[in-house]
Amino acid sequence: MKDHPNLSYIHQLSGGDKVFEYKIFEVIKKELPQELLAFKHCIEKNNFKEASSVVHKLKHKISILGMEQNYALAEIYEKELKEGINNGQQEFEEILQGMLTFIEQT
Amino acid sequence: MKCLVIDDEETARVIIEELIEKNPHVELEERFSNAIQAIKYLNQQSTDLIFLDIHMPEFTGFDLIQTLKTPPNVILTTSDRNFAIEAFEYECIVDYLVKPITQDRFDKAVQKALSKKSVKAKGSDGEITKTENDLYVNIDRRLIKIDIPSIYLVQAKGDYIQIKTFDKNYIVHSTLKKITDKLPDDLFLKVHRSFVINTKHIIDIEDNSVLIEKDVVPVSRSNRPELMKRLNLL
Repeated sequence: MKDHPNLSYIHQLSGGDKVFEYKIFEVIKKELPQELLAFKHCIEKNNFKEASSVVHKLKHKISILGMEQNYALAEIYEKELKEGINNGQQEFEEILQGMLTFIEQT
Repeated sequence: MKCLVIDDEETARVIIEELIEKNPHVELEERFSNAIQAIKYLNQQSTDLIFLDIHMPEFTGFDLIQTLKTPPNVILTTSDRNFAIEAFEYECIVDYLVKPITQDRFDKAVQKALSKKSVKAKGSDGEITKTENDLYVNIDRRLIKIDIPSIYLVQAKGDYIQIKTFDKNYIVHSTLKKITDKLPDDLFLKVHRSFVINTKHIIDIEDNSVLIEKDVVPVSRSNRPELMKRLNLL
């Protein structure tokens, strides 16, 4: 994992609106584990094309949490999966795990 | 402008809804998590603008555009920077927003959509009709002409709106949304969910209110930045 999650984008978007911040955290808390499961399921079935679509969706959450370097890694991984290459799985799962921990603690 | 949000990711929908909430020119009409539901809706209803995700399972954003006979204006929202060239092959696409979307970038895209929106009035869809600089309102079965620049304030009052001009006030059975669609965007601004003002007639602004003629009009927090943008500040 190259960089760590942060709240700068969410704070910029919310303009201090705590209700919105709570809402967006709750949605991410709900969606992120589901998408992680979907990703693992695709990898287990060697369905790399579908896994690439899940990574694509997860890229948005990586960018929401302000991780530019990890976003770049996810972008490469998404392309590789499309081509049937799965070299970046461990690193990608570490990024997701870091995001899950961060969201749980925030 | 009425708008739809179409995105399979709930996080994205919540963020775009927040961006819409803070922009005085757009009003969320409906949201969809897939293109098929949206197409069914659009076959029965019209809208002014769609915030459309490209990358959706089964039916993509581009598929949706190709399916519609006369697509409304579309602002694409995507995590992919590589669709930009394809995007501008469609006449209905006014802009292309890469996620995560900032408020500034969102507002610019809406501005582009506003510029593209036809200024020609629809004419026959209700109790308010526009021709050139005049607005015709239906009151007691009479179509009464109002000179648009003379309107300084419109206020929502339940199922009615009150239109205030320098000569006279009118109560019309209509909505703030309908009249806003007929008024020129460069003159009129929604400053609060119940008030639209003619910015040319502002006398002064104090904290969260604006004085127009003898009326003190509230300005909501989300509409204040757009109001401040319109002012020629020293």
